[in-house]
Amino acid sequence: MIIIVSLLVLMMFVSAIAALLFKDLISAVIAACMVSLIAAILFYLLQAPDVAMAEASIGAALVTAVFIIAIKRTKRYEE
Amino acid sequence: MKKIIVIVLLSIIALGIFASLQQIPFGKSKSKVGKYYLQNSKEETGASNVVTSVVVGYRGFDTLGEITVLFLATIGLGAVLATFKKKENGQPEKASLILTTGCRFLFPLILLFGSYIFIFGHLSPGGGFQGGAVIASAFLLIYLGCRGKRVNKVGSSVLESLGGLVFIVLGLVGLTLGGHYYLSNFLPKGEYNTLFSAGIIPLIYIAIGLKVGSELSGIIDLMMEETR
Repeated sequence: MIIIVSLLVLMMFVSAIAALLFKDLISAVIAACMVSLIAAILFYLLQAPDVAMAEASIGAALVTAVFIIAIKRTKRYEE
Repeated sequence: MKKIIVIVLLSIIALGIFASLQQIPFGKSKSKVGKYYLQNSKEETGASNVVTSVVVGYRGFDTLGEITVLFLATIGLGAVLATFKKKENGQPEKASLILTTGCRFLFPLILLFGSYIFIFGHLSPGGGFQGGAVIASAFLLIYLGCRGKRVNKVGSSVLESLGGLVFIVLGLVGLTLGGHYYLSNFLPKGEYNTLFSAGIIPLIYIAIGLKVGSELSGIIDLMMEETR
């Protein structure tokens, strides 16, 4: 259990840093979506299914969609 | 100079947070109110999901504030995006066959799942906010898969207003009939752990689910609208 949780936290950390470093904004948004998904799994493992549901549907689906629509309207690459 | 001021301000804030967190011993439950909820929520609200009994039972007034914040966010987005002109007679590009077929197959299932989440909010994990978000993601799938299809704006705004109205009216009726606080229960509690139990909690969660679902899909609709 502790191994799974620490692996997930490590993956979350790596994807959060990747979201900061990517120059391609679509990739950055997908990495941020990874953070939300792993956070949802962690909430579920920590016995908070209510929060996990909200995190998965809002953080991973809706926020990603809103960001991608906004990127489509503006520029894809960071300068 | 600016950087030094920022660093000083941040360290003052960090010191404040550290000092207030130091009072709480790590890993120990010192909260008395949490224990109270766990012990008494079954008798007092009749909901078998304790989280639900806190969100719309004990802390119902805070939930009203949350809903108001979401409502204001939607209104603000609408006001900002309304200044752009709509693109006329633009034919949207078609999605691929796999996406179209998948969205036609999955859309009713996701809608059903979202409604299940908020109707059974007092029995199983989930509730109005989660169910509403799942419903909004179903509409997002429709916007991606079946281009050109749009939500009926009149219907969604009627649903949204109806949800808010039901919440406020139920709260005020509870204030006058049930007890001395907002959203107090005035309906029979029913049998514990069945669908028709927990008094007004399922009704409130259905209202919140409809309101949040229509608001979030309204945000998606505003963002997806082709503008120039």
